[in-house]
Amino acid sequence: MTASFAFLGGVDPWIFTFSFITVVVTIGMGFWSARRSKTASDFFVAGRSVSVGWNASAISGEYLSAASFMGVAGMVMSSGYDALWYPVCYACGYLFLLLFIAGPLRRFGAYTIPDFAEGRYDSPVFRKIAVVFVLFIGFFYTMPQMKGAGVTLAYIFPGMPYWGGVVLVGAVITFNVALGGMKGITLVQAFQYWAKMFAISVPVFVLMAVFGFYNGHLAETSAPTSPAVDVASVARKPLVEKAPTDASWISPFGPLTTKAVTAAAAARPAEERAAFLAEHQRSYSLLYTYSLIMALVCGTAGLPHILVRFYTNPDGVAAKRTTMWVMILIGVFYVFPPIFGVLGRNLLPELYAATGAKGTDKIVLELPRIINERYGVWGSVMSGITCAGAFAAFMSTFSGLLVSMTGALAHDVYGRMLRPHAKPAERLLAFKVSAVVVGAVAIILGTGVEQLQINFMVGQAFAIAAASYFPLLFMSVWWRGMTMKGAATGMLGGGLAALACTTVINLSDLKKVDLNAFWAAHPLARILCEQPAIWTVPLAIGLMIVVSKLTAEQVPADIRMKMLVLHAPETLGLKQEYIQEHIQEHIGASH
Amino acid sequence: MPPPTSAHDDVVHSESFLRSLMRRQLGLSVSCAATFLVALIGLPLLNYFAPALMATRVAGFTLSWLVVGVLFFPFVWIISWIFIQRSIALEEEELRQVQRRKEVH
Repeated sequence: MTASFAFLGGVDPWIFTFSFITVVVTIGMGFWSARRSKTASDFFVAGRSVSVGWNASAISGEYLSAASFMGVAGMVMSSGYDALWYPVCYACGYLFLLLFIAGPLRRFGAYTIPDFAEGRYDSPVFRKIAVVFVLFIGFFYTMPQMKGAGVTLAYIFPGMPYWGGVVLVGAVITFNVALGGMKGITLVQAFQYWAKMFAISVPVFVLMAVFGFYNGHLAETSAPTSPAVDVASVARKPLVEKAPTDASWISPFGPLTTKAVTAAAAARPAEERAAFLAEHQRSYSLLYTYSLIMALVCGTAGLPHILVRFYTNPDGVAAKRTTMWVMILIGVFYVFPPIFGVLGRNLLPELYAATGAKGTDKIVLELPRIINERYGVWGSVMSGITCAGAFAAFMSTFSGLLVSMTGALAHDVYGRMLRPHAKPAERLLAFKVSAVVVGAVAIILGTGVEQLQINFMVGQAFAIAAASYFPLLFMSVWWRGMTMKGAATGMLGGGLAALACTTVINLSDLKKVDLNAFWAAHPLARILCEQPAIWTVPLAIGLMIVVSKLTAEQVPADIRMKMLVLHAPETLGLKQEYIQEHIQEHIGASH
Repeated sequence: MPPPTSAHDDVVHSESFLRSLMRRQLGLSVSCAATFLVALIGLPLLNYFAPALMATRVAGFTLSWLVVGVLFFPFVWIISWIFIQRSIALEEEELRQVQRRKEVH
């Protein structure tokens, strides 16, 4: 009996208490909300009555995952400046959504991307193709959430192996979803945002008050020879051997973007190295930076689980105002995680020496604990708060993804493709079975990715969305010459190319496939594979244009009406007209 | 393109209305996106061509860190606020236009 609870040794009671309360409250609120909203339409109708502020909080709550809460800080600590592009683009990608997609999609009245694909091209076949990417993007998005769970539990229970946390959290949420809990309603999601905001900001302010401010810690990274910076100096621990140097960490084109070229140079004869680095290092890392920015900005506009939320707005103007408030709420949030990274570099450099679950991805959890050195248990309390925030982050995102992926599998794959005439009881069973299958696959994938960075994996999900759903939505809204075949070819071409590249990179980084010799010989190929957006997004759009031109006679007959619905002000009432015409056509066809 | 049916032979359903609608909306969106993209594409270029300038220390931050880590967020809020004001004005203008032309007909 004592042996089976051995992993409980060394548990900090404060951290355990805060985390435990979060888990109980999250699951409790899930079931409470599931009782209040029985059906999908309830969820939307209820949402339509809420204000812009609540709705913006809810979208932000759904969006901020383990990558935002833990991953950004971990990556800023490990890679420095280059990692800042992640939080900036996570927040600013919403601008593309606002400018090009949010308004028209809200007017068209399609709830999900597969709904839109079917409605825009009158093609149930295209819906089936489009739904596949909900699963692809979803699995890439669940892997970092699972890593977040593994890292957090390994931190709370020092004796627990990484995979134990993944299996435990994955199983709890999977059964919760399968039993019908965790139906996100606006109130719960909005609460999640404010919980995460509290959990990231309060410990940062306390840490800065005790150990020195953001700018003071950044000033420590300047070379000793440079002119003295006029900022209160802070105490700093010596860096460990594996940490990047101050100069490469603080400047652009540092370890993150130059990794491929550095590895390629190391494989070359010593006398060629300097020339090779001088020729390729900076130009290739500029390319890497642009490709990363493109993936994140375009990918935000193509995330299936975020777009759904725009229909909980009463009208198009509210949808736009909501988007702006989302940018403000998450923008404020994203100022904080990099502070953890900067403080972590100076105050807890030991993490550089470790990998996987013990590495820099846990900086947000562990850093507040050093307050204990000066103020008793307050460090543990603060650390308990960040652990609670981490739980809120990966639990809400994982269950949200699980609901949408299970819906895609049970509703589209089973309900429409395999058994179109299934009875309600069979459909309910299918939902439960799908939830368990999706959850099990996510857990298995999650146990394998300990060595990959949380933030990097979420970036890959964005890269796939950027090359598949973003071109589909963007082109379908603004170009009336698009045909179903063009849209499908482009989405599949770009999306599958991005999927293949990211998969190869992960298999190689996890040492399942040995491609190091190839990458060393071709660093450019490594960069274009690691950050594929810069060529897969143009590829998708190019394919869409070419194939649509070739099949121009297949443009939907009522394209002008569809375009009017997408673009004309809602007060003209074109949507109702369009629906009535469709109903009449259907009645006419069935007679 | 099918010929307009009798029910659709009015201002709202006319080809010219749709064209002007889409052109003006796209114009607004593209001009806002261009402002955003100039900054987003320009920052890595500045880092590339003017590293010394971007490494200037401002109260402990490097200039580049301060811009990307803090100042870029409010910049995007301003663009989105301007876009929303203008797009609401544009929709009202479109409605007035429809009203006017209906009265003329």
